[in-house]
Amino acid sequence: MHARETFYEVMRRHGITRRSFVKFCSLTAAGLGLGPEFAGKIAHALETKPRTPVVWLHGLECTCCSESFIRSGNPLAGDVILSMISLDYSDTLMAAAGHQAEELLEQTIEKYDGEYILACEGNPPLNEDGMYCIQGGKPYVEKLRHMADHCKAIIAWGSCASWGCVQAARPNPTQATPIHKVILDKPIVKVPGCPPIAEVMTGVITYMVAFDRLPPLDRQGRPKMFYGQRLHDKCYRRPHFDAGQFVEAFDDEGARKGYCLYKVGCKGPTTYNACSTVEWNGGLSWPVKSGHGCLGCAEDNFWDKGSFYSAVTNLHVAGRVEATADQIGGALMGAAAIGIAAHAAGTVISKMTGKKSKPTEEVNHG
Amino acid sequence: MVRVTTPNGFELDDGGQRVVVDPICRIEGHLRIEVNLDENNVIRNAVSSGTMWRGLEVILQGRDPRDAWAFTERICGVCTGVHALQSVRAVEDALGIEIPTNANHIRNLMMLAQHVHDHIVHFYHLHALDWVDVVSALDADPKATSELQQSISRWPKSSPGYFSDVQNRLKKFVESGQLGIFANAYWGSPAYKLPPEANLMATTHYLEALDFQKEVVKIHTIFGGRNPHPNWVVGGMPCSINVDEAGAVGAINMAWLNIVSDIIDQTIAFCDQVYIPDLKAIASFYKDWAYGGGLSSQNVLSYGEFPAYPNNHTNASLMMPHGAILNGDLSTVYDVDPKDPEQVQEYVAHSWYEYADEAQGLHPFDGVTVPNFALGPNTEGTKTAIEKLDEGAKYSWIKAPRWRGNAMEVGPLARYLVAYARGKEDIKAQVDGLLAELDLPITALFSTLGRTAARGLESSWQSHKMREIFDEMMANIRRGDTATANMEKFDPSTWESDVKGCGFGEAPRGALGHWVHIKDTKIENYQCVVPTTWNASPRDPAGNIGAYEASLLDTPMANADEPLEILRTIHSFDPCLACSTHVISHDGRELSTIKVR
Repeated sequence: MHARETFYEVMRRHGITRRSFVKFCSLTAAGLGLGPEFAGKIAHALETKPRTPVVWLHGLECTCCSESFIRSGNPLAGDVILSMISLDYSDTLMAAAGHQAEELLEQTIEKYDGEYILACEGNPPLNEDGMYCIQGGKPYVEKLRHMADHCKAIIAWGSCASWGCVQAARPNPTQATPIHKVILDKPIVKVPGCPPIAEVMTGVITYMVAFDRLPPLDRQGRPKMFYGQRLHDKCYRRPHFDAGQFVEAFDDEGARKGYCLYKVGCKGPTTYNACSTVEWNGGLSWPVKSGHGCLGCAEDNFWDKGSFYSAVTNLHVAGRVEATADQIGGALMGAAAIGIAAHAAGTVISKMTGKKSKPTEEVNHG
Repeated sequence: MVRVTTPNGFELDDGGQRVVVDPICRIEGHLRIEVNLDENNVIRNAVSSGTMWRGLEVILQGRDPRDAWAFTERICGVCTGVHALQSVRAVEDALGIEIPTNANHIRNLMMLAQHVHDHIVHFYHLHALDWVDVVSALDADPKATSELQQSISRWPKSSPGYFSDVQNRLKKFVESGQLGIFANAYWGSPAYKLPPEANLMATTHYLEALDFQKEVVKIHTIFGGRNPHPNWVVGGMPCSINVDEAGAVGAINMAWLNIVSDIIDQTIAFCDQVYIPDLKAIASFYKDWAYGGGLSSQNVLSYGEFPAYPNNHTNASLMMPHGAILNGDLSTVYDVDPKDPEQVQEYVAHSWYEYADEAQGLHPFDGVTVPNFALGPNTEGTKTAIEKLDEGAKYSWIKAPRWRGNAMEVGPLARYLVAYARGKEDIKAQVDGLLAELDLPITALFSTLGRTAARGLESSWQSHKMREIFDEMMANIRRGDTATANMEKFDPSTWESDVKGCGFGEAPRGALGHWVHIKDTKIENYQCVVPTTWNASPRDPAGNIGAYEASLLDTPMANADEPLEILRTIHSFDPCLACSTHVISHDGRELSTIKVR
């Protein structure tokens, strides 16, 4: 077995100067929303720690998480894969196949028992003895459990692994099940979204490698640094919401002026994610900025909360129902809870309860 | 041992050594391939089994048809957007909604960007390692690599120092012993034919392509808000255009249009200066490896794509035409109508589903998908530890679609053959030019490499089409037309109570159709027949084999234990298993149990 190199050693070998390395650490710290004092800590960590082995498994999914991961601009996905971590198994990218691929799983366990990160994309189906997802002739859930037994921690990439996502939408015919309901004895970091933002994915894994610890999580298991705020609270169209200026239909006058998409179904008011701040594909845009409401894809069970074009009528704060807009007294309270003036709230409510806006049926999934 | 000749003319022999490759990696989703080898290690029987199943069609039932694009988009995150487009088209067809000119242009730009992105990632990251020996690149002379690069392209990243840097990076990576995604592969196999310099050049471009692919998709980010999984809307596109007035920063404005234009230029440069030269260089060393043709010399199908005019999916409008070729007769191209109940039908005799009469196929409007996970009597292993499948019985989560009863190949090669046979001059010029340069006859296209070459040529063609379409869209905006969506029938109260529609076109991997039945404003039934369902299809009741299975036959393997040749040919189709195996029962009854007989 070869000695494991530190990240810094790898970078130096690649001809990267000390100066560039320090700059990289500063950018990483800034990218994670950490102060400049953290740049030194990151540099120290990367200089002294070996590359962390990562095993990336796929269950029932669509591979949008892997695709999103390789969109990362800072750091580049190629640098993550070749220099920051050791991606020891990935169905999507690995050169080997068949038994040569499966051998790598056992080799990883042998070399790095209890040390590797298990990155899960997709989820296992439990119906039909798990045979709705067969790998190597066996149910995927067996492979998942086996690799989870020997890992250090799990990253649940995307809404499939975190919540169940589209295949778990009503009536969930395959009994697709999120990772935390199958693996009960390992720390799990949920990184939801369908898919998650690329820089959020590389940000989370870089944090774990740099600091050798899990990021602080909220009570649903999501990193607070990226999932601590609602899109609505950081939305650049928020002033239009507060002013009661709404898009009534796609491509109307309001749409061309960039008004608020609340009435055409935007789920920003109930969605915790970093889209309105980090944005997508190198910070270029995000759904609302390009004219479509948020689907709420980082939220549990977002497929079963009514049409994507029905206005949100239940305003959640920290996962708790604060108010239902149909209950007018409550609506004012709820509107106040999300910090808008009563005057604007009145505008919202009167427009929202118009005949075209059918209230969204809220599914109670406590 | 059984020797048979299939109705579609292939000799199968299930004697000899059985080799199982599971998982097939570097694809989307989960696929198992089993083959039988004769005493000379030549493949004499092939079995393609889709091994995952998610059930989106039943999940769609009873939902708002305007939401269907978001659900079906999640069929696949690799070919993201392709299902969303066919979904909005199907709903618009059912409801009689016509989209504005700009929406058509934007959809074309997004779909072209999707195809080019998909093809680049496929060629470099999912397929190249079947032809390129990364470890051999360590022996390359950087100066000679530079000369090779400069002899085939004017791509600026070509200095000896540049290749030397990449080689050093690679050398130290390999020496570290943490080989990551390159571990336990087939380096040094005699099946690899490139000289070290070509290996170093291609490995370098593997890394460059990984950096570049994230740029192409920014066209989705601008018009659809993000990638993967951009946003769409029934009736047009959700992004408004505002190039003049206050509020332009909240819409598609001049700054964003300039970014799109720049990305198009970069994409053309990458395709023409990196991808195409690499393709030719690699192909020139594998001209003798002429295997993998399978169905491509017989039956190919395309639904056509990229309509020049909105709401017009006829060949008068399609920049890539629709058509079907049977029995390799390029002189006759049949018109294709996915709504015709006689044309597209799906069979399940060898799929883990059941029909009342499994000798018959069903058109998607009448589609039934009742799962039935039953293994045949010659299966080896147990229900949850399958060692060998019994292809005489049911053996895949993929159905067997047929066009007028024929197994068909779909994808870039099928599109190119249809366009060539239809006499499309731009396609003919590209194909004839490549064949002349490599000194090959047109029959050389009917191969694994032909499939890979067609995909490369198509990427170039598509990148140039993006430029044409972008310029037309700008001309349209200059004429004062900024509309992007038609919302007249967005409100369900305006809909008829019982309507059906079909959306069809071409995904990167081939012909894709969605069929929707809307009743009382809700989805009554939804069916998708997707490219990998065609290509990875199991046998049908008559015993016809599908494109994957046919393509593997008669291929010699250098080493039975190293499935390099199998990977090479299967990867040439760019498999997408999440796409092909999304279907499920619509009656919600309890799923059946295993019967190991």
